[in-house]
Amino acid sequence: MTQLLQQIINGLSLGSIYALIALGYTMVYGILKLINFAHGEVFMVGAYTGFYAASALGVAGFEARNQAFPLYLALLVLVIAMAAAAVLGVAIEFFAYRPVRSAPRLTPLITAIGVSLFLQNAGMLLFSPNPQRYPAILSEVRFELFGVIVTNIKLTIFAVALCLMLALHFFVQKSWTGRAMRALSFNIDAAKLMGIDTNRVIRATFAIGSALAAAGGILFGLDQITINPLMGVLTGLKAFVAAVLGGIGSIPGAVVGGLLIGLAEQLTAGYLSPEYRDAITFVILILILLLKPEGLLGIVRVEKV
Amino acid sequence: MRAVVRVAIAAAVLLAIYGLRLGVEAAFTEYVQRIVLLAGINVILAVGLNLINGTTGQFSIGHAGFMAVGAYGAAYVGVKLAGPLHGTLGSGAVTDAVIFNVALLAGALFAGISGLIVGMPSLRLRGDYLAVVTLGFGEIIRILFNNATFLGSATGYFGDDPSGLPSYTNFFWVFAWVVIIVVAIHNLTFSQTGRSLTAIREDEIAAEAMATPTTRLKVTAFAISAATAGIAGGLFAHMQAGVRPEDFRFEKSIDMIVMIIVGGLGSISGAILGGIFVAVSLELMRDLQQYRLVLYALLLIVIMIVRPQGMLGTRELHHLLRRKKPATPAVPAERA
Repeated sequence: MTQLLQQIINGLSLGSIYALIALGYTMVYGILKLINFAHGEVFMVGAYTGFYAASALGVAGFEARNQAFPLYLALLVLVIAMAAAAVLGVAIEFFAYRPVRSAPRLTPLITAIGVSLFLQNAGMLLFSPNPQRYPAILSEVRFELFGVIVTNIKLTIFAVALCLMLALHFFVQKSWTGRAMRALSFNIDAAKLMGIDTNRVIRATFAIGSALAAAGGILFGLDQITINPLMGVLTGLKAFVAAVLGGIGSIPGAVVGGLLIGLAEQLTAGYLSPEYRDAITFVILILILLLKPEGLLGIVRVEKV
Repeated sequence: MRAVVRVAIAAAVLLAIYGLRLGVEAAFTEYVQRIVLLAGINVILAVGLNLINGTTGQFSIGHAGFMAVGAYGAAYVGVKLAGPLHGTLGSGAVTDAVIFNVALLAGALFAGISGLIVGMPSLRLRGDYLAVVTLGFGEIIRILFNNATFLGSATGYFGDDPSGLPSYTNFFWVFAWVVIIVVAIHNLTFSQTGRSLTAIREDEIAAEAMATPTTRLKVTAFAISAATAGIAGGLFAHMQAGVRPEDFRFEKSIDMIVMIIVGGLGSISGAILGGIFVAVSLELMRDLQQYRLVLYALLLIVIMIVRPQGMLGTRELHHLLRRKKPATPAVPAERA
């Protein structure tokens, strides 16, 4: 029982990271019908930006003096990484996706694969292919709750993810830009006719999705201790599966899907074999495509000519 | 009468390949010969992948997985077959040829079946799901081979013999299979079924409205494409002493995609040119290993923005030479 609870806690914290990344996939897919393969790499760049920002802010000094990294500096690291990723996301959209936006569907997809590959390999050249230990921008505190070990890091991951998701929810539901995003995902041509500057809204979508992925990257670094330039490949894929599981294009769906994928992964690792923790995601993907291709919270849309 | 002519043509082609083999083996160093063989294997991979990515307009980005299945399958069957067949048929060139080709076909069968398993759930839906599922499949298959102890786990499969797998692969077999697969895929592409596949690429909803069994055709094309990758895998496996899981990483799938995109998605002759291009450029970029994928990635992006149809588009080289209009419609116009 305690083991199960332990796995659930680990699963939920991992799952909330997947959910943060999945939001970016689902928002872009909802509007452009494009699988943004480069999203996993934006997540990676976010993690590395956090890594370098923390180093620049002197995290090593605090560690050497055995002091905790101040909270306001940790938040600053988060903000810097989110801003950098937002800029990267907007740049990718501008340079790679916008020129091919009206081309047949395969063209943007191949472009996205190209961007993803480019960032992976540029990352290996710039950041070195070796895994790096993530700086302790939060020093770990363990405590026991009903026999289950909980760390402040797991709780922070959950709390940060929750805050960001709530902020996104209010943004999409209440703000003008959020409403424009929903209009675009409903019908991009009609939105254009209503005077919405679609380029601006798409830019905002990429910026927000990328910033969320960067937050996920920092949380991932805290959770998994090491980062490497290829970390975005598998994590990005899992987050995409999470988006499909929840119903691609649906924001609550991405959150539900992310948490479920995280849980499934931890439970597989705990009860079956750690070797299959990566495989379970794809089993879920194939099952959902067979049984309920529109996803758990997705809407069935009739294909139109 | 036509059958006789065809058999005669086939025999002449095989003889010509045999003659070429003697010429190539006499004229070139082993290093160059290896590149020639790799180019041949690339052509098989590219022509096969083009059937699904180019002609049918679906998108597989995990074909290295099918190549791996074919490579392991062919290597395993070849090793297990060698003992009994050497006992009954005696050991000689003919027996080796029988073992090799049965092993290749077995590898193709395994790859084709895994293509069916992957294709059936994902091809019922829109093409871009296939991209994700094949990407996942390519990763999973490597995890499985990494953990399969009877196939040597992470060290790879080297057969029962300490000297590794027998090196059956030579110029003759590679190019005999190149001819077989190019002719078969060419005939399929320009048959009625091929037209239906093109119709799916151009407009799936319209094709379905015209009573084209889209899902069945897509899955069939995908399985054929996977099986050809399996043949290429088998040839590749018997070129070196063993098969290792890391030979079939994601980079391999990307190499294949570069092959068909450089040549022109949907063009068989384009795929052939692309296969040769990648084999040669990999050798030329040997010293630039760590920059190779950065360059490939930039190449992909630039081609997509500047000339998404690649060198030839959907046209075929021999149509251009004959100044004939393309037999398949050109790249579709912009669609909303």
